[in-house]
Amino acid sequence: MTFALSDERERTLQEILSRYPTKMAATIPFLHLCQEQHGWVSDEICEYVAKRLDLSAAHVKGVATFYSLFNKEPVGKHQVWVCRTLPCALAGAENVLKHCEKRLGIHAGETTRDGKVTLRTAECLASCGSGPMMQVDRDYYENLTLAEVDKILDRVTR
Amino acid sequence: MPRGKQDRYSSRVGEKLFPVSKPVTLTIDGKTVSAKPGSTIWDAAREAGIDIPVLCHSPRLDPVGVCRMCVVDIGGRVLAASCVRPCEEGMNVVTKSEKVERHRSMLTELLMSDQPETCPKESTTGDSELAALARAYNVDGSRLPRGAARSSDTSSKVIAVNHQACILCDRCVRGCDDIQHNDVIGRTGKGYTTQIGFDLNQPMGQSSCVSCGECLAVCPTGALVNKPISLPIVPRKSLKQVDSVCPYCGVGCSLTYNVDESKNRIVYTDGRPSPVNHSRLCVKGRYGWDYAQHEQRLTHPLIRKSEYYPRGPLSPEVTSSRGGEHRKGSHLVRYEDVLPAFRQASWDEALDLVATRLKGIRDTFGPGSLAGFGSAKCSNEEAYVFQKLVRAVFGTNNVDHCTRLCHASSVAALLEGIGSGAVTNTFAGIEDADVALLIGTNTTANHPVAATFFKQAAARGTKLIVIDPRRPDVANYAHQYVRLRNSTDVAFYNAMLHVIIAENLVNEAYIKEYTSGFDALKAEVQKWSPEVAEPICGVPAETIREVARIYGKAKSAITFWGMGISQHTHGTDNARCLIALCLVTGNCGRPGTGLHPLRGQNNVQGASDAGLIPMMYPDYQRVTNPEVRARFEKAWGVPLDPNAGLTVTEITKGALEGRIKGMYCLGENPFLSDPNVNKVRKALSALDFLVVQDIFLTETAEFADVILPATSYLEKLGTYTNTDRRVQIGRPALKPPGEARLDWEIVSEISTRMGYPMKYQSPAEIFNELVSMTHEYRGLTYEVLGSTGRLWPAPDPAADDGLQILFDDGFPTPNRRGKMVPAAFEPPRETPDENYPFVLNTGRVLEHWHTGTMTRRSYALNAIAPEALIEVHPEDAMKLGVHNGDRVVVTSRRGSITLAVTVTTRTHEGSVFIPFHFREAAANVLTIDEIDPFGKIPEFKFCAVRVERAPESSAAAAE
Ligand code: SF4
Ligand code: SF4
Ligand code: FES
Ligand code: FES
Repeated sequence: MTFALSDERERTLQEILSRYPTKMAATIPFLHLCQEQHGWVSDEICEYVAKRLDLSAAHVKGVATFYSLFNKEPVGKHQVWVCRTLPCALAGAENVLKHCEKRLGIHAGETTRDGKVTLRTAECLASCGSGPMMQVDRDYYENLTLAEVDKILDRVTR
Repeated sequence: MPRGKQDRYSSRVGEKLFPVSKPVTLTIDGKTVSAKPGSTIWDAAREAGIDIPVLCHSPRLDPVGVCRMCVVDIGGRVLAASCVRPCEEGMNVVTKSEKVERHRSMLTELLMSDQPETCPKESTTGDSELAALARAYNVDGSRLPRGAARSSDTSSKVIAVNHQACILCDRCVRGCDDIQHNDVIGRTGKGYTTQIGFDLNQPMGQSSCVSCGECLAVCPTGALVNKPISLPIVPRKSLKQVDSVCPYCGVGCSLTYNVDESKNRIVYTDGRPSPVNHSRLCVKGRYGWDYAQHEQRLTHPLIRKSEYYPRGPLSPEVTSSRGGEHRKGSHLVRYEDVLPAFRQASWDEALDLVATRLKGIRDTFGPGSLAGFGSAKCSNEEAYVFQKLVRAVFGTNNVDHCTRLCHASSVAALLEGIGSGAVTNTFAGIEDADVALLIGTNTTANHPVAATFFKQAAARGTKLIVIDPRRPDVANYAHQYVRLRNSTDVAFYNAMLHVIIAENLVNEAYIKEYTSGFDALKAEVQKWSPEVAEPICGVPAETIREVARIYGKAKSAITFWGMGISQHTHGTDNARCLIALCLVTGNCGRPGTGLHPLRGQNNVQGASDAGLIPMMYPDYQRVTNPEVRARFEKAWGVPLDPNAGLTVTEITKGALEGRIKGMYCLGENPFLSDPNVNKVRKALSALDFLVVQDIFLTETAEFADVILPATSYLEKLGTYTNTDRRVQIGRPALKPPGEARLDWEIVSEISTRMGYPMKYQSPAEIFNELVSMTHEYRGLTYEVLGSTGRLWPAPDPAADDGLQILFDDGFPTPNRRGKMVPAAFEPPRETPDENYPFVLNTGRVLEHWHTGTMTRRSYALNAIAPEALIEVHPEDAMKLGVHNGDRVVVTSRRGSITLAVTVTTRTHEGSVFIPFHFREAAANVLTIDEIDPFGKIPEFKFCAVRVERAPESSAAAAE
């Protein structure tokens, strides 16, 4: 199946394109749109974006592989990022991560068998005053206790 | 918007970074320096003779400033990167100080710590820039922890990648994107795992890389290096450098061969700075030279044994490619089939035999029974002596060469229209153009380095309008690509002219001052409204209008065309339309304007200039003009034939009909290059006597009575004239094998033995004689040509490069006006029908040349493109039930071949494309030998064929 943006996202893209002087400038938002739809940035998507923006495939691939927020392979339905940078680490991020690994039965960087959750570590998510913290999909959960982590994981693995 | 049109690293970045308009004065290392506006500190220092080391910068590239090797002290808090730092008034720059040197040394050490144990460049060409810095600073990185091994990639046939040696300087990315505009290389990943990546981070050999080698030419480390072709690669300084010119296409790139004299081998090639190619090369120039060292070179004269008469082909008919798995040598003439028919002879015996037989035929049947085929691969000197032999000694004008098969119609139209067959502007002239028409040219494959200039122009804002029934890759860079139906050019261009005239986009002053025939043209194109043309050419009327307006309104527009225009039975009419477009809009004689038929062979311009054509002496002087003839008779001391001679296609016909009895083929292989080869076969068999002079046994040589071993391009001195009219010297890099002799010497020997002594001592002497018989080459000598040659005409060749732009004030026609010749639309000769439903279009691929005699004996080129493929549109493939790699039988009314399919939208529905280089699937078995009435060029671009699955392929599928 060949990839194409949904009609609604296509409209968003047009709006994005109208903001910039060059098409190249829209590379990152365009990749986000694609990832939103497809879950991850495949080679096919890189080619699609390159073609639509008149860029080389190599350039788009370079952008997609540089930013950690672009998934380079299929990911779970939900994504859990545990911040591990110093302030969070001091607040016990290690334990949070270990707990997640145990609960989900996977290591950081992996996806559960049933495809529900991908667990990742993140560098500072700019919520240092309220560590340990994690991001689940688009939401922040701060001042975490392991019990709270359990609740969150219950929800995403349901 | 075409790719590259966006300001990525386009050269305008420099201007934007440094918007200074006045020169500035600054001090560098105590020296007062005046820097050109916009120059960087590095540029200014270089100008002043001060060297600042660089890694990520190269004067051929726009600076990016990522490595920090070039830092200098400008008195600020931190050091400044000189390659990106603009000069400022009053700046005080120190390029060498303890602080600066410490910084550079530390940086080198850091970079060295991650280098592989053996640098792939130090162990080959020996000129890694990073290794040189490491030696200078006496650091090897061993004090620092070494990084984990990164991978290497040897998937390309010609380039080896070692990611561990890469310092991510970005030079190769810019070389690929901004110099060659192939856009293959990028960076992938982040942090320590970052590496250069090809396309979607594929192995190089599977990416869209076209193996031009620009990346390794700019790489400062061992990350990208050549793989060896003929011998292990050794340091440049241990080899002899021979400055020469590429032997393949009409671009005529300057290059340097690095030669191991003791082994008589070229080891590798570098591009050379010159106005032609700015050091760029394509895969043929960089990797296609080892053919000369092939074991199959002819080394002794050969005479056909008496038991092998009557003459005929010696190898079994090959009409099928082996689907990728070649039997050894099946893609070449099989020597074991052919050689037994010949015996080795001494030069004396062979030359005497040739002279006696040719003389005998001439004296018995008259001069008109002899003919000569020269070659556009030969030098100007060889072309000159060869046509002199045919004219002065054979006594006939039956002398022609492969120009007949490529641009004869363009030249006919140009001579008629503007009085000169040469280009009016160089290909690099595109840089001044607002609009460029690229018509019937697959430039990236056939004139690759010229294509880099086109792509670069597009990136800087020139609108490329690409018109071609088969979508060429250069269309990726176009403002607009127009796909018209095969062979409907006249309808399309007449409609463009219609719009330009109807909407008054004409240049009236120019028409009045410099042209004739406007009223007749107007009357013809009146009938061609876009609505009339649309159903014929398949281009929407609105698109025709749009293109006409873009061209008509352009301040400067230049037109390039290739064989898509010329190789038709109405090729001359096609070219007439393009000339008319140029004349009505006054797009000639100014920067960014002109007419440029892209010449195919390296010396098709020069061979024609030197008179290797049946109706003209050197410099396009008509043989039928008594005054001209008298001049040549006087110079050559013999009476000359007053009638124009026969062309290539007419000579073949003459041989079939028994009118041509003896023939001399110098470096030409009509068996594969001419249309309808089965007919050529019969014609060659019908001759009384055929002498072939070549470097290998060609398909044509199988029919020969005598075969003379010639020298290859790489073994001789001579001048060659490129598509721009640039006359350049090709210099010998190798010694010829065995008893092979120089071509001009062989011709002179035959002439002398036929009773007309030719006693030339050197190519220079021949060149001087040629120059003395022409107007346009006047002033040129070997000394003047030097290392980068001269454009003809060169009014003051000692002082300048020659004229880039011709005809700024009238044309070399009797009334000084350019003539517009209306063209009436005519359909091609053989249109598809029930039995032959497809249109066959033929052409070339990037890696091969003409009949493949050279390129298929080049290791790299043959390895990259080993097989003939027929291009079929996906819809047609579905109907035929064929997939990529399946084998099909293609049949026309003249013959049939079998080859593998590649399914692609490059060709459109109902049309297939086959490259003509491959003898085992020779496209010219199928092509039609109908010719254009004026240019006498065959219709290679259009005939009707049938395509069917090959029986064996269905069997294979059933397994
Ligand atoms: S491969 Fe060579 S040119 Fe390319 S980034 Fe690496 S070191 Fe630079
Ligand atoms: S563009 Fe033509 S002349 Fe230049 S290297 Fe390639 S084949 Fe040779
Ligand atoms: S360290 Fe975790 S949010 Fe900043
Ligand atoms: S050479 Fe100037 S920063 Fe690399």
